[in-house]
Amino acid sequence: MSAVEQEALVEELPELPTRRVGSPARAWTQWLLRRLGLAILTLLAVSIIVFFATNALGDPVRAILGKDYDVSPDRVAALEQLLHLDLPTWQRYLMWLGDLLRGDLGVSAANGLPVAELIGDRVINSAFLVLVTAVIMIPTSIGLAMLAARWRGGALDNSLQFVTLALAGLPEFVTGILLVALFSTSVFHWLPAVTVMPVGGAPWDRPASMILPVATLLIAVVPYLARILRSTMIEAMDSDYVELARLKGVPEGLVLRRHVLPNTVVPTIQVTALQLAWLVGGVVLVEYLFNYPGIGATLVDSVRNSDFPMVQALAMIIAAVYIVVNLIADVLSILFTPRARTGMVK
Amino acid sequence: MSQTVTEELRCRVEDLRISLPARGVDVVDHVDLTLKAGEILGLVGESGSGKTTTGTALLGYARTGAAISGGDIEVAGHKVRELGPAQVRAIRGVTIGYVPQDPSSALNPSIRIGAQLRELLDLHDIGTPEERGRRIRQILPEVGLPNDEAFLRRYPHQLSGGQVQRVALAMVFLPRPQVLVLDEPTTGLDVTTQGMVLRTLEELCRRFDVAALYVTHDLSVVATISNRVAVMYAGRLAEIGPVKQIFTNPSHPYTRALLNAIPHLHRPFALTGIPGRTPAPGNRPPGCRFNDRCSFAVPECSAEEPPDVEVSPGHFAACIRTDALPAWDPTDRVVADTDPRRDRKIILTVSDLDIFYGTSHVVHGVNFDLAVQEVVALVGESGSGKTTISRCVGGIHDNWDGTIAVDGEPLATAARKRTADQRRRVQYIFQNPYLSLNPRRTVEQILVRPLELFGVATGKAARERAAQLLEDVQLGESAMSLRTNRLSGGERQRVAIARAIAVEPDILVCDEITSALDVSIQGSITELLNSIKAERHISMLFVTHDLALVRSIADRILVLQNGRLVESGLAADVLDRPQEEYTQKLLANTPTLDRWMDTSH
Repeated sequence: MSAVEQEALVEELPELPTRRVGSPARAWTQWLLRRLGLAILTLLAVSIIVFFATNALGDPVRAILGKDYDVSPDRVAALEQLLHLDLPTWQRYLMWLGDLLRGDLGVSAANGLPVAELIGDRVINSAFLVLVTAVIMIPTSIGLAMLAARWRGGALDNSLQFVTLALAGLPEFVTGILLVALFSTSVFHWLPAVTVMPVGGAPWDRPASMILPVATLLIAVVPYLARILRSTMIEAMDSDYVELARLKGVPEGLVLRRHVLPNTVVPTIQVTALQLAWLVGGVVLVEYLFNYPGIGATLVDSVRNSDFPMVQALAMIIAAVYIVVNLIADVLSILFTPRARTGMVK
Repeated sequence: MSQTVTEELRCRVEDLRISLPARGVDVVDHVDLTLKAGEILGLVGESGSGKTTTGTALLGYARTGAAISGGDIEVAGHKVRELGPAQVRAIRGVTIGYVPQDPSSALNPSIRIGAQLRELLDLHDIGTPEERGRRIRQILPEVGLPNDEAFLRRYPHQLSGGQVQRVALAMVFLPRPQVLVLDEPTTGLDVTTQGMVLRTLEELCRRFDVAALYVTHDLSVVATISNRVAVMYAGRLAEIGPVKQIFTNPSHPYTRALLNAIPHLHRPFALTGIPGRTPAPGNRPPGCRFNDRCSFAVPECSAEEPPDVEVSPGHFAACIRTDALPAWDPTDRVVADTDPRRDRKIILTVSDLDIFYGTSHVVHGVNFDLAVQEVVALVGESGSGKTTISRCVGGIHDNWDGTIAVDGEPLATAARKRTADQRRRVQYIFQNPYLSLNPRRTVEQILVRPLELFGVATGKAARERAAQLLEDVQLGESAMSLRTNRLSGGERQRVAIARAIAVEPDILVCDEITSALDVSIQGSITELLNSIKAERHISMLFVTHDLALVRSIADRILVLQNGRLVESGLAADVLDRPQEEYTQKLLANTPTLDRWMDTSH
């Protein structure tokens, strides 16, 4: 090829984004600030809903005191003062929000102790349960999805599809009760049915008592996650670039690892985040079922006792986790999508 | 053709059969091919002919659900069907390479260009790591790409379509394969990019002395690049022979029918389609598979599969009637160009048209007009603004300044702001009939709706009119009760045309309406449009990227580049005597059959 011909062949490269606002770091900061701002706005909206919803439930003092309401006017007065019931609702909201922003979760209406003190350990216990579940959930789901996608249409895939569909359809309290019946009461007596903890103890001191709660949560989230991941993997496996990899003689295992998996990372992150966020709320029922000392039992008790400061604090924590998990998922998604990542600096 | 074809046989396919085991039908059968070193064999066929399936079979590959069930495949001394999976993988990419149809989806979006280029060399342990890097840096300039680190660190989405295709070419040539399968490698590229890719390909094939199978639906490309041509129909080879023989003495009626559907740049042809539709695997007629659509068929044609008849040395046609075919004279279908002295009664005037997408200015001060019973073609590469202009005329895009007037009456920017009669007079036909027809409605509902909407006819009268419209677009009344999923692409486009002409418009805006269709269907649609223009005195704005097609359908032509009108005039004048450099470049890059037009070749 002559130099002239070669010159003629060279087509202009599309400009890489030159219209930069600044460095990639600056673009990231701007993006993050915007997203954080949105997250704060969302939390603010949640706080309004939580506060006014709990207020709309009725007179907290009457709910707390029950029969005593009519006979002990001095306790009514004390509670009313504690809860600032003499002020208009919006003013109480602002006070509550101000306290919240200063990290003061308020005082329990049931026993007068600071909410933070009452739920601190509980939040840690719940977080531990969710963390253990997540650590097992992610590799299990990816593994099952890979197996099913690799042998698509085979016996393994078909039975996995059937089992996961059946399990995904079961509510977690049903699976929980079935597991208890199977492993601790009716059939075998291997595992404790409820969590019994000594005072001041932590659940990780007794791993055996965590098995059933974790298993119940896993059965609730893994089937759904595995099914979604299987279909995103199959989509990637049917793509032209995977066909080209095969036609280049890339062995099937390498095709899966190098060409399929990286392109399923983003859907994996997004669905995993949704499932994680669900876990944070879904944990309530399962904790209650197994008497696990987490936020679940506390939340149920607080609702029953009309302990509004506790309910509000717990609801806000759950909402915050939900938002943070999704924010992290979005950051990771951008990091793992070349097109989005390179687009950041535009 | 500058290539030197040696007698060294690189690839041999005998009696190849590919089937769908689940349905027990053959997709491809009885295919024999040979490839010599330094040769490019064009494998031509319409969609569903089995050409891509045949191409990938050379690599021992069949898509999910299909299997290579018979025959011998020999590639550079390897008997592909006798190799185990690991052995087949060992020759893929190294001995036999594959260039995909759509590289923008065939390059992995999450792997950098450099890593994708390197993968095959790493995998097969070719050279030392330093050598691999050096080879990549050597080959990139040969395909017209930069070889600096910044380029290698780019992702596929940071390259243009032509560049991505050249990365794919560089990738396939890196391990120096002996045989190459190219699957429509230039489909979807602009003509100038296609021209560059074809030249690069030809150059590389010659330099590396490979034997290449070029799979395509485009006879014009094949005429430009191949030494030999194989024509495939319904899973079998209809005809195979040297390129000159195929184009100057086509000896299978199917090849002739295909050639009759191809437009030519420098002569206006009356294009014709092929009646009927390509039979799907399992529905293929007995005997010669083309017999039910063939104008030369005799009863014996459906009795048994025709043998290969050697018409001239190396030129075979699977037809028992080769002796009965008249001598091939492509010029007998040449018609007259538009008379330049013809009176023009202007119906559509576009003046000072500026179009915007958001804040970006995409079309700059375009002026043109359209006369009654005239077809004006808008041509240009992607991004030239041709479709954007047509969308403004149709009122689909409303962010524009300037005047678009029908019979001197200016139109509002958006269709919804125009009067019912203005909307009726300008009808739009979309590129993709698979997307432009509502799949939940029957053909009758699709046609009756505009009739009622514009008050042309209602009730029984509307249904009769719809039936008549279907006759007019050669579909027949029996299509009335069908939903569009029962129709082929060409039939859908006919329904879309019937819907557009239902309300007796004055102007049809046709946006690339044949580019999603096979050539034979393109031929018949062109035929239909010409008859609509003649009988109904309709004017058309015809958007296309295919310059040759312009010669067969348009009276006038507007050449656009980057949103500006660079040249306009009578189609014959512009195509034969282009004044502007851009038009000349477009024409020079357009593959054409013109060099085979003279039968004395």
